[in-house]
Amino acid sequence: MPNTMPKIRKNIAISESGFVFDPLSGESYSLNPLGLEIIHLIKNGQTYEDLSEALLAKYEVDQETFDRYFYDFVAALKQFNLIEVETDA
Amino acid sequence: MEKLPFERPTIQKISAGIPSKHGISRKLEPLSHIDGLSIKSLINEYGSPLFILSESSIRKTYKEAYRAFSSRYPNVQFAWSYKTNYLNAVCKAFHQEGVWAEVVSGFEYDKAAANGVPGESIIFNGPNKSKEDLRKAIQNSSLIHIDHFDELYEIIHLSREMDERPKVAIRINMDVGVYPKWDRFGFNFENGEAWDALNRIKASKNLDLIGLHTHIGTYMMTTEAYKIAASKLAQLAVSLEKKHGHVIQYIDIGGGFASKNTVRGAYYPGTDTTPSFDDFAEAITSALMSSEIKPDHLPMLILETGRALIDDAGYLAGTVLANKRLSDGRRATIIDTGVNLLFTAFWYEHDIRPIEPISDQMEDTTIYGPLCMNIDVIRGNVMFPLLKKGDHYVVRRVGAYNTTQWMQFINLRPQIVMLDMKGKAHLVRKGETLDTINSQEITPEHLQNFNL
Repeated sequence: MPNTMPKIRKNIAISESGFVFDPLSGESYSLNPLGLEIIHLIKNGQTYEDLSEALLAKYEVDQETFDRYFYDFVAALKQFNLIEVETDA
Repeated sequence: MEKLPFERPTIQKISAGIPSKHGISRKLEPLSHIDGLSIKSLINEYGSPLFILSESSIRKTYKEAYRAFSSRYPNVQFAWSYKTNYLNAVCKAFHQEGVWAEVVSGFEYDKAAANGVPGESIIFNGPNKSKEDLRKAIQNSSLIHIDHFDELYEIIHLSREMDERPKVAIRINMDVGVYPKWDRFGFNFENGEAWDALNRIKASKNLDLIGLHTHIGTYMMTTEAYKIAASKLAQLAVSLEKKHGHVIQYIDIGGGFASKNTVRGAYYPGTDTTPSFDDFAEAITSALMSSEIKPDHLPMLILETGRALIDDAGYLAGTVLANKRLSDGRRATIIDTGVNLLFTAFWYEHDIRPIEPISDQMEDTTIYGPLCMNIDVIRGNVMFPLLKKGDHYVVRRVGAYNTTQWMQFINLRPQIVMLDMKGKAHLVRKGETLDTINSQEITPEHLQNFNL
């Protein structure tokens, strides 16, 4: 479980249908519905506990599987440079 | 409240301006059954990975090929290329269909003989025939296809020594307009070597010259090359009749027909580009029929096609071992089949798919085998659904060359089953065990014991 939740970069534009545009790189991406839902929850400042609790209650998935896919999803966001780089102060 | 089905969260980069260049659907339909039998149940019973062969596919493909040629030419004979797949069950299925054996070594010759193929129905090809092999082939009246002059003289010598008349043909290489030119086997047509060899055979008086053979290449995507090859062999047949009054009994056009697999780097998938048996048959038979060969002297047409007859009948099913992300963010899926079992992964973009519907989400994936070796890549780049550890996959069209060229390396070689015409599974080759490997080894006495 992450100590701190990742932060989505501020200037990233995300549409209601899951279309993502990064003005810095000019790249665009598409999210599937759950990807979009997770991004919204992250943006709303939810903790991982709250986020996973909410989604586990809503979807047919166990904690272990969810954890695995969540980390994989965040890894992809990081790979595409959509997440603010944490600097340990 | 009922929970919603879970689909993993994904984000995909949109590559504007580079749409799928063929407009081909990227969705991979799962393949759950072969000949009505569930792949999952086969894996549960026989282990993973598992080679699965379909007898009905073998017979159906053969009948299709035979019909294509026999409906265009009066006298057609197929010979099963042992090196393509010499599992006895496979060979015997072909022999039951009336197919002869085509072998390229003493080992393969013995295998065909042990399978019960009569000597006169074995074609002995290749550059490697020992004196003993030749002696055996001469004794059994097999059809010896001579590869080089050293072999020709050896056979002439043996014919005197044994007081027999060996039945021979020569293998001929030629320019058929394809690159690379195959000139390492047999005698060359263009430089007159083949004609020279034929004259020496006639001059020896001890050999029965019964055929002319060529094999122009492998994985041929053009039928035109076969037309040229058949015409050149026909020219030689005509010259033989003109000069020596000798009528040959058969023309063997070899094999090399492409299967429907997609070759690495090919622009279009093999299912769209591979010529059909009818296309190959039309090119070859029309060249022979329109040649100068007299109609009542039309020779038997022999075909040694291997790959195109067996590739579709073979499947390789197995299990996903793990998933990971590579340094550039791409997904990597590790499966339990390595390139040691799936040798053809080096030149095909194999059709690999899940055996049950997993997810509509596809991701750019590299599929690795289980070997601790960097070269162990089954598919370099494929849009593939995210299979979890323990999920099953199946690779299609693996019937040719894999179970002959496979290597025991790091892992043991798995079981092979064949599904009969009624869809019942039969174990046709047992999986290897540690004993299989160790039984071949002899450890010197002084290396038997150690203390650690």
